[in-house]
Amino acid sequence: MASTTKKSGRGRSILGGLAFFFILMGLYFALIQAPPDAYQGEVQRIMYLHIPSILTAYLSFFIVFIGSALFLWKRERRDDILAYAAAEIGVLFTGLTIVEGSIWGKPAWGVWWTWDARLTLTAILLLIFVGYLMLRSLIEDEDQSAVCGAVLGIIGFLDIPLIHMSVYWWRTLHQPPSILRPDKLPWENVHPAMLIALSINFIAFLLVYFYLLSSRIRLGELQEEVKKTRLYGAA
Amino acid sequence: MELLRQTTWLLWKDLLLEMRRRESLLAMFFFGVLLLFIFNFAFEIPRERAAEMAPGLLWLAFIFTGTLGLAQLYQAEKENHCLEALLLSPIDRGALFLAKVFFNLLLMLSVEVVVFPLFWMLFNLEAWKLLPSLFLVAFLGTLGFCAIGALFSAVTLKARARELLLPLVIFPLMIPVILATIRAMEILLRTGAFEEASPWLRLLIGFDVIFITAGFLIFEWVIEA
Repeated sequence: MASTTKKSGRGRSILGGLAFFFILMGLYFALIQAPPDAYQGEVQRIMYLHIPSILTAYLSFFIVFIGSALFLWKRERRDDILAYAAAEIGVLFTGLTIVEGSIWGKPAWGVWWTWDARLTLTAILLLIFVGYLMLRSLIEDEDQSAVCGAVLGIIGFLDIPLIHMSVYWWRTLHQPPSILRPDKLPWENVHPAMLIALSINFIAFLLVYFYLLSSRIRLGELQEEVKKTRLYGAA
Repeated sequence: MELLRQTTWLLWKDLLLEMRRRESLLAMFFFGVLLLFIFNFAFEIPRERAAEMAPGLLWLAFIFTGTLGLAQLYQAEKENHCLEALLLSPIDRGALFLAKVFFNLLLMLSVEVVVFPLFWMLFNLEAWKLLPSLFLVAFLGTLGFCAIGALFSAVTLKARARELLLPLVIFPLMIPVILATIRAMEILLRTGAFEEASPWLRLLIGFDVIFITAGFLIFEWVIEA
């Protein structure tokens, strides 16, 4: 037990170090190497944070769904710890995305917020998962809290395509995707230096994400151990 | 068939209790009417704009009254350990879910049957002929509302401050229903034709089917937790 803890602790430190290194590199590429945007100028550089953070948030909500489904199926504590951890970090990244988007939206569109489909979808996702966190914190019994959270994790995920459809029919203003376009390959459309900066930042965000996730999971495991020790005395 | 029989019996039990106590229905009914009055003070709805505002206002009234019903939905089961007795009896857990969905649906529909014409009278709307088709849209939306609501009313059953928590959890999930019903009703009021609103109606039907099925499958875990 002690040796594996030590080992996973070292793995996490390495992950954290790598994440830090990639963030510095990502900042260098995004702020210095990449050229300013042809239309929007310097402000477009927020994109290098905006896209990675929303993609990481989506990944996070997908992990909540996987963890929730696995928990209901197999009833293993670690799946629930995974889902809870991913939900917390997902809320963090979604919140960051909305704040970055606002800061970018003001100079680019002239408004902090607009009821465009993608903005609305992101805000609704944030609301659903803030609801998830509240639900978890308001149910005291560990197992009940886990089951109820898992139900919300699954239903929330099933709801995403429907919310997506309804808000898209409702309205769309967001600039069309410029990286993943159906008619052009990414490198024909975007300056290569921009693409490199974006990729490095995406890797950096993923590393930060998995660093946070593994730390949060470790925290969950420690809480579990404390609880067991209290119940059954020290092993 | 067995499922249908069990659902009907459970639904009958809830209806009988409601008929004897008349708690939820009366409160929901008066709250719905009260909301119409408050809307009038809040917006000073002019006659020519009433049709435009009707779908949104009606839906606000419906989801608030519906939430009132949802908060009370498992009240009878909480008292005297009735839930344990129900779980001990050899019935499908899915039937328990369906009965609760239909019970809340019936409560909300009976409020809607009164609130719809009342809104038309209070705000002098002309389009009386459209009422049945608008009611059909409201029915589809209410069904989706009750599917999500009955599931999460059970989910929040053991939480602290459950009456506060329930709307926080279900309203974001309900956004497709709210958007689709309001848009569909608004299109119906404007054009009077079902075809124009058909994408929204399909979305509503899809929502109803998905979440009644999902709730039916998941309910067992929720209620036994």
